[in-house]
Amino acid sequence: MTNGWVDIKHTDVALIIGSNPAENHPISFKWLLDAREKRGAKLIHMDPRFGRTSAVADHWAPLRPGTDIPFIGGMINYIIENNLMHHDYVVNYTNATFMVSDDFDFQDGLFTGYDEARRRYTDRSSWSYELDENGVPRRDWTMTHPRSVFQLLKKHFARYDVDTVCATTGTPKDKYLEVVRTYAGTGAPDKVGTIMYAMGTTQHTVGTQNVRSYAILQLLLGNVGRPGGGVQALRGKSNVQGATDMAILYHIIPGYMRVPRVSMATLADYFGAAVPSTNDPDSVNYWKNMPKFLVSLLKAWYGDKATPENDFGYDWLPKLQDGKDASHIGIFEDMYEGKIQGLFCVGQNPAVGGPNAKKERKALTKLKWMVVADIFECDSAVFWKSPGIDPKDVETEVFLLPTAASMEKQGTVSNSARWLQWRYAAQQPPGDARSDLKIFTHLVNKIKELYAGSTDPKDEPVLNLTWNYGDPPSAEEVLKEIHGYDLKTGKPVLNFTRLMDDGSTSCGNWIYSGCFTEDGVNLTKRRNGEDPGGIGIFPQWTWAWPVNRRIAYNRCSADVNGQPWDPARAPFRWDASQGRWIMYDVPDFVAGVPPQQSAKSPFIMRLEGVGCLFSRELNEGPFPEHYEPWETPIANAFSSVQLNPAVQLWGEADNAQGSASEFPIIGTTFRVTEHWQSGTMTRNTPWLAELMPEVFVEISPQLAQEKGIQNGDAVLVTTARADLEAKAAVTSRIAPMTIHGREHHVIAVPWHYGFAGYITGGPNKQRTYAANELTAHIGDANTTIPEYKAFLCDIRKVT
Amino acid sequence: MKLSRRSFLKLSGMTATAAALTGLGFEVKAAAAAPLRIANAEETTTICPYCGVGCGIVCHSLGGKVVNCEGDPDHPINEGTLCSKGASLYQVADNELRLTKVKYRAPGSDRWEEKSWDWAIEEIAKRVKQTRDETMVHKEANGTIVNRTDGIAHLGSACIDNEEAYAAIKLMRALGLVYVDHCARL
Repeated sequence: MTNGWVDIKHTDVALIIGSNPAENHPISFKWLLDAREKRGAKLIHMDPRFGRTSAVADHWAPLRPGTDIPFIGGMINYIIENNLMHHDYVVNYTNATFMVSDDFDFQDGLFTGYDEARRRYTDRSSWSYELDENGVPRRDWTMTHPRSVFQLLKKHFARYDVDTVCATTGTPKDKYLEVVRTYAGTGAPDKVGTIMYAMGTTQHTVGTQNVRSYAILQLLLGNVGRPGGGVQALRGKSNVQGATDMAILYHIIPGYMRVPRVSMATLADYFGAAVPSTNDPDSVNYWKNMPKFLVSLLKAWYGDKATPENDFGYDWLPKLQDGKDASHIGIFEDMYEGKIQGLFCVGQNPAVGGPNAKKERKALTKLKWMVVADIFECDSAVFWKSPGIDPKDVETEVFLLPTAASMEKQGTVSNSARWLQWRYAAQQPPGDARSDLKIFTHLVNKIKELYAGSTDPKDEPVLNLTWNYGDPPSAEEVLKEIHGYDLKTGKPVLNFTRLMDDGSTSCGNWIYSGCFTEDGVNLTKRRNGEDPGGIGIFPQWTWAWPVNRRIAYNRCSADVNGQPWDPARAPFRWDASQGRWIMYDVPDFVAGVPPQQSAKSPFIMRLEGVGCLFSRELNEGPFPEHYEPWETPIANAFSSVQLNPAVQLWGEADNAQGSASEFPIIGTTFRVTEHWQSGTMTRNTPWLAELMPEVFVEISPQLAQEKGIQNGDAVLVTTARADLEAKAAVTSRIAPMTIHGREHHVIAVPWHYGFAGYITGGPNKQRTYAANELTAHIGDANTTIPEYKAFLCDIRKVT
Repeated sequence: MKLSRRSFLKLSGMTATAAALTGLGFEVKAAAAAPLRIANAEETTTICPYCGVGCGIVCHSLGGKVVNCEGDPDHPINEGTLCSKGASLYQVADNELRLTKVKYRAPGSDRWEEKSWDWAIEEIAKRVKQTRDETMVHKEANGTIVNRTDGIAHLGSACIDNEEAYAAIKLMRALGLVYVDHCARL
């Protein structure tokens, strides 16, 4: 989230898309309703289903799964055509005025530089700015030059006219226009709107570009960096933010630094490839400090063994093959091929939560060994006796480790708003259960013992690894290492601004540096609920990364001269008489210079210094473009390119693609309030299990009539990969959609159920009730997040 | 006097009691319920383990056992409120389905065997070493040092604390893993 949960109360319009906060983030609704009651805010919900969020919203607009880009693209077009954007914001705080290379072009669904054989944009040289004689991007402050970003954006989205958009999304035109006009009103300088999204946005082959389209919309309307504005990723797990910050992800290392690849043989190679540089004297380009962050990370991991002479132990970081996708899908594809021997599965349940879960259960049988750490016996722990698998045929050794629950250990979790909040232990874990930190500590000690005395260079990273947290290990000591030390004094550093690239500081994760004081006071434990300025910042309640900043890009809350766009919602105001800022948040800009200077680089992490309407970094191109889902009954109306041209296609084994002739219905998945994710915790919590005991499929009365299905009937949902038995919930929450003049049915299934635990979701012990068995191994072109949210299926009554 | 919201609630409760004693004319003692079972409980604060909103929860413990969990009224995000999942947290703390023993499933077996921690840590460490030793690539053919194993993968977790997530990635990268991911990708 760019902003925070309480901050939502400041919004004038909330655009809720790809999420259902009333059911999946219920407490966020407290602040949405506050905004409506106290400021008259409007709530808009765009979703294929009429859920509880829709029921409360002022406007509900249905859209077909996988059509966010047409929906938002049409809004962008309408706003530009009708001159409803926040002009001063766009000119000063975005790259709208930047000039783009003469070679850049877009024809029939493809940008310049595409290599069809490799399914990739191999030549991205045209996706660049035109530079002046000093190497600084040229700008057209009038935004009228045909190669200015603004004109290119206008041209690109001119194709997204209301009629083509509504024919593609299935949204009734009157509802669509209602939404567009309401939200476009936030382009007035003193108005602000927020976008709230979740997995309905990201779980598509165009997921990243869906989010990009929201960012573009928000920049055009001047909604980023302001109270009540921003783009809010509604995180679904209590520490998915933290686990991402810590980079339990193949493509990064802690603090959002790129994973070292084979082509980055030395530390100098790494910095050459990863550290951005610019000739623009006005760009803050904060990432230029990356060497300080990486060297300090290596000092935290390798201590005295990390020296300038050995590149601070850079060799000891594993180097991933260039071009290799080692994401969740990539891991399971290689596992399925028998290339992986061992798996650690910690608090995760791929046998239910993974895409094409049936293929993933099969892949697990190819392992030699597997370690599962969990608080309950999750489905994945017992994959060897799951439906369709005979234990006799499975050679995998499985170690199941009982762990401590959230209230049985100490440590922090990071919420969506980037708040690190300390949790205390209220009781001991039951029986032999223990914290994951203790498990990792004992494991690392034992592995070091087994390697003791080795002189093999491949064992250096293990033997040289620091692990000074005591036994039992102290989470607070770990957090101090993450925060960082001045190695000359041995004291905690102030924050990441003091980190050095000469080995004199250590820091496990630079973005968390600042969560302690130099005197060692743990700021994540703070419970002071004061709110100076009354704007919902709560600066002394726990601690937020980075440096306790609560609203990201907050320079944009005020105009070039430092005067807030809306005086009633003003975290920052430049007081010219005193020559300083009046501030209620930590500035996301250099506060010691005149406002006209900081206004030139309000996005300090961006090389351009401004928000990007045109981005050079995504794999499908600089602007979002509509492509249909991998499985769809619809021909793309915007070009002849049907599928995102940059997605990776995975193995066809056990991953068949369905056709619309055989599977004519559009399927999607959703969640209910009473269950959580793959259900490991909630299906084993009796109160919740009894509230929502059975898997069901929502189908429209029209489809029910066509198929002869009554409410409560047992039905079978089938795809090219698997089938799912479920109870039919015949409901007008879901309705047929008219796409390009033809009616299409949509059905929706909650995905929390499986085959193990107190409840599985159905009566038959020989079946799995995991809806993700229906989905496929196909993912987004940038993140490889699976396309769970749109697939082809059919449904019939079980007789 | 500066009051937190929670102490304000306690105070207003007392005021209400006083008003009842003086104004309503009936015997409060007779109307009072049995003492709350959390009256003498120890309070610890925690954060809800479910979604990413990060609501505050107060756990009440008696004799080292959690007996009640409820929304933290001082927490600025949820102000004491919780959804159905957060409100059921007590049943995670007190649940006979919780795992309490280390278990092991042998190749081809159809059942678990209970094991000790010492045994499990030793056996897992041996498996890690064996696979790592078999699959570790120290140098690529061109001489680049890569210290990578493609033989082991790690998944998870968004359900563990930051300090545990940091420990996990630190250990796994040191072992040479590049197959690391968690459900932020899902």
